[in-house]
Amino acid sequence: MKLKTKLWMLTLIALLLIVLYLFVDLGGMWTYILEKRFAKVLAIILTGGSIALATVVFQTLTQNKILTPNILGLDSLYLFIHTVIIYFLGSTTLTMMNRNIQFILVVMVMTLFSGFLYKFLFSGKMKNIYFLLLIGFIAGTFFDSLATFMQVLIDPNEFLVVQDRMFASFNNMNTDILLLATVLSLLVLLYMARFRKYFDVLALGRDMAINLGVPFEKVVKRLLIIISILISIATALVGPITFLGLIVANLSYEFMKTYKHSYLISGAILFSIIALMGGQIIVERIFTFSTTLSVIINFCGGIYFIYLLLRGSRSW
Amino acid sequence: MVDIIHVTKRYGEKEVVKDVTVQIEKGKITSFIGPNGAGKSTLLSMVSRLIVKDEGEILIDGSDITKRKSQELAKKISILKQSNHINLRLTVRELVSFGRFPYSQGRLTEEDWRHVDEAIQFMELEDIQNDYLDELSGGQKQRAFIAMVIAQDTEYILLDEPLNNLDMKHSVQIMKTLRKLVDERGKTVVLVIHDINFASVYSDYIVALKGGKIVKQGTTDEIIRQDVLREIYDMDMTVGNFKNCRFCFYFH
Repeated sequence: MKLKTKLWMLTLIALLLIVLYLFVDLGGMWTYILEKRFAKVLAIILTGGSIALATVVFQTLTQNKILTPNILGLDSLYLFIHTVIIYFLGSTTLTMMNRNIQFILVVMVMTLFSGFLYKFLFSGKMKNIYFLLLIGFIAGTFFDSLATFMQVLIDPNEFLVVQDRMFASFNNMNTDILLLATVLSLLVLLYMARFRKYFDVLALGRDMAINLGVPFEKVVKRLLIIISILISIATALVGPITFLGLIVANLSYEFMKTYKHSYLISGAILFSIIALMGGQIIVERIFTFSTTLSVIINFCGGIYFIYLLLRGSRSW
Repeated sequence: MVDIIHVTKRYGEKEVVKDVTVQIEKGKITSFIGPNGAGKSTLLSMVSRLIVKDEGEILIDGSDITKRKSQELAKKISILKQSNHINLRLTVRELVSFGRFPYSQGRLTEEDWRHVDEAIQFMELEDIQNDYLDELSGGQKQRAFIAMVIAQDTEYILLDEPLNNLDMKHSVQIMKTLRKLVDERGKTVVLVIHDINFASVYSDYIVALKGGKIVKQGTTDEIIRQDVLREIYDMDMTVGNFKNCRFCFYFH
């Protein structure tokens, strides 16, 4: 099968799911329902796309196909921020706070954290990317532990609010934030486009990339910051969902069977939209909202992850 | 011409290359020889900007490598390291086509493909050009990587132990190819090499390093001598002439 045919197939399935989701069971108040559903579809494309893109690029930079940007500690930081707000200011502050401001705040703290991490790292002599991952991992664990500690101390009712944030969900999205997130992501993508040509070469490894004239340090630094911003936006919009990236990136490698990133990334983005869209349909129509999307994603993703580990590291 | 001027590299406290000054001439094969840990590979990596030097200057045709754009340098100088593990599943042809990246930034033109074809032909890889790299033998793989460097079409070609893990036939084949690149195309080749007989037979100029310093440099005749080699390797060798080549026997 040709690569383009494969992409068209995926696009078709994604479009089919979107149409299915939008127009089946519309009911009486169809303008209202359609508007709500449309917002969810947009959010799914935005977050699914960002996470797929960020994960594929991250795996190329780290030369590792079972890592996700999760390891930079951003998910943990997201939960930590919310726990801190609830711990010190109470859950009412969180629920009453302007959603736009809350979104910007969370994105800013997460981006600043990664910026700080890279600054600290790249200014020193240690310029190894694995060192960065290690630091991110430790920071993540630190935030996790601190958040858990605070969660134990707070009122159980308050804890429910935190718990609500632990799982990604597309059900209570705010259209204002969605617009803001879309604009922000598009700006970041526009900036990322100039590094697009380097992806294939970066996959050959550091030495090869430098030999072929890639300004390696600069490109890696920029791309890591872009990845963090993309992940921050997606996480702040719907909650921690980076695990999805691991699944869709690997599905794309397996399905596309190529080294060309233009195809790998497009494939991963489409898989991501299919997974989220399908998952959302299952959540709404079959489970009638009794579970969240991330439970389903984590369940299916977990099984796939174990399969990946058992199968070992065959290439693609 | 590559000028290495007072170059030093430290790992922590340890100086692996100490104040090395050497000039590499154009249109010649220059070999770096010396015992393990002499700093040969480090020196080569610094010239090809894979490792940042701590002190000194490296000039290529008179201009400092740290001041030039990476993409421009990639058209001037190329390096092949001793272990080339690639995570991707690539065919030989795809790998070779990566050599054109400095020129086309990934969008290969017809002229780029012509260079790719020519490099494949030069390394006699036509039969296996559509095979995947992970299905090839060590010798074939090494030839594919050299073909990529040839497609990159740089004036200076640096190779870190290109004969590693190769049998005699393939080693000779690769050294002959390098000789051809120099003699027919006017390329400049710099090698790190362990087998001093290969260095003796195929190179024009030899630079001997030991403990991070240059102990001796000169033409093949000046270096492949009993007293000089004893100084470099701390062992006795018998050096003789065989079919107009200087040859050492060191299995005492």
